Amino acid sequence: MVWVIAARELRSLFLSPLAWSVLAVIQAILAYLFLGQVDLYLTLQPRLAAMPGAPGVTEVIVTPLLGNAAVVLLLVIPLLTMRLIAEERRNQTLPLLFSAPVTMTQIVLGKYLGILGFLGVMLGLILLMPLSLLAGGSLDWGLVASGFMALGLLLAAFASAGLYMSTLTRQPTVAAVSGFGLLLLLWILDWGARGEEQSSPLLAYLSVLRHYESLLEGVFKSSDVIYYLLFIVTFLVLSVRRLDADRLPH
Amino acid sequence: MEAQDALIVVDHVTRLYGPNTAVRDLSFQLRRGEVVGFLGPNGAGKSTTMQMITGNLAPSAGRITVGGADILDEPVAAKARLGYLPEQPPLYRELTVDEYLRFCARLNRIPRPEVKEAVARAKARCGLEAMGRRLIGNLSKGYQQRVGIAQAIIHQPDVVILDEPTVGLDPIQIREIRELIRELGRDHSVILSTHILPEVQSVCDRVLIINRGELVFDDRIEALTRRMQTSALVVALKRPPALGELEELPGVSAVEVLAEGRFRLHHAPELSPAEAVAAAACRGDWGLFELTPERLSLEDVFVNLTCEEPTGEAA
Repeated sequence: MVWVIAARELRSLFLSPLAWSVLAVIQAILAYLFLGQVDLYLTLQPRLAAMPGAPGVTEVIVTPLLGNAAVVLLLVIPLLTMRLIAEERRNQTLPLLFSAPVTMTQIVLGKYLGILGFLGVMLGLILLMPLSLLAGGSLDWGLVASGFMALGLLLAAFASAGLYMSTLTRQPTVAAVSGFGLLLLLWILDWGARGEEQSSPLLAYLSVLRHYESLLEGVFKSSDVIYYLLFIVTFLVLSVRRLDADRLPH
Repeated sequence: MEAQDALIVVDHVTRLYGPNTAVRDLSFQLRRGEVVGFLGPNGAGKSTTMQMITGNLAPSAGRITVGGADILDEPVAAKARLGYLPEQPPLYRELTVDEYLRFCARLNRIPRPEVKEAVARAKARCGLEAMGRRLIGNLSKGYQQRVGIAQAIIHQPDVVILDEPTVGLDPIQIREIRELIRELGRDHSVILSTHILPEVQSVCDRVLIINRGELVFDDRIEALTRRMQTSALVVALKRPPALGELEELPGVSAVEVLAEGRFRLHHAPELSPAEAVAAAACRGDWGLFELTPERLSLEDVFVNLTCEEPTGEAA
């Protein structure tokens, strides 16, 4: 059942111009940033070659690319997730799912997996850029894998928060704006703390950026991965509960 | 519950929206193979009740079972036996009819190998054979409504619940949809909400009338028809006799003059003096040219029922 809903979601996404334009814009922006990094690497190359233990291609090109991709996608994911529930609510198609023999959890998981499928496609397209470097050199596979896993987890976390925001309203734009606000807040949570010495460990821990950065540098800590998984589960559970609450008298 | 074959049991159900009571202490049952018309003025609680039966809303009090499964405790089992067309058909406009129906079939747990057949069957029943490849968003309202009905019957549920299925359609489409509903009644139970009275007369076996959230009438359609009969005859005569002569006819209790040569004869219910009037008219050469038992329209009965103060008038 989950897969049926996910497949429908993915299909509808690709039937709308939104998904295609998002893919195109993301690809164009990241390609530009990617080329910028390649350019930087080429100018630095003579000096790097002379340096012992110098950063390699992956560190100079791929890691900053993924760092930038996270910021760009932070802006874009709410646009993709906004329609998940809010649009169904506005078009009054939710009764179809509610009166079918599926549970609320299956509906939410289906929707979530649908959007994850789309993000998988997007991740695949982004991955093509570093892979193109193979034409002229070799990559640090460990670093690439860790970086893409980090981006994948980050996007999955963004999507779960966006999904929850979409269950709160019937206006997709409201869902997008509030989703964007929430993600940005979680992103910059530790900025205030960062400058000062007595930084709040709690705020720093909550910030999605901290965990992303350490994974990106190739430091695989299970606590970071668990952070993202907890984040995702929390928002999915909240979404299920929110949809359940739709039926209750209030 | 007294009836063993009751498919849907609505048991003292109440639903509140904040301080407003949409449905109050509603109880009824739906038996297998019945077509029930759910009537009521706007805002009477028809849609709310249907949403509760289909699990889109939870009742504030009372319980609803579908085929023995409680809609809140075993929602999946209960919902598998239901097909629901909400007031606004839940259509994904960006899909084609075939894609949409395939999705609905899978959503209702039809195994993959049988999906094709189920889609073809639903399309054939709703007259959608030629529309399979069309985008739902491009279809006319009537066809969208049919897709909505196809969606509700695709898994051959025991009960089909249709919320105002003929709203916004043209007369020909209305006739076709009614024909379809009548056909559905042969092998499904159907609950049909409407505020169009002739629709009920033409397709339903049983009528529930709900007003301000309470059930005011629950009986077979014949009982409603009986309510429509009054105890009066309208007679028109070319050469009317003296008023006294009419009053003396057997069975006539009172005579009212309506216009030149037109009279309303009141009589005891069930004892129509029509025959006596006709015989007397022949004998006296009154020139009888009209003899009509006066009937209340369904509208009148409906207005009577729904305008009465709700005093538990359930028939």
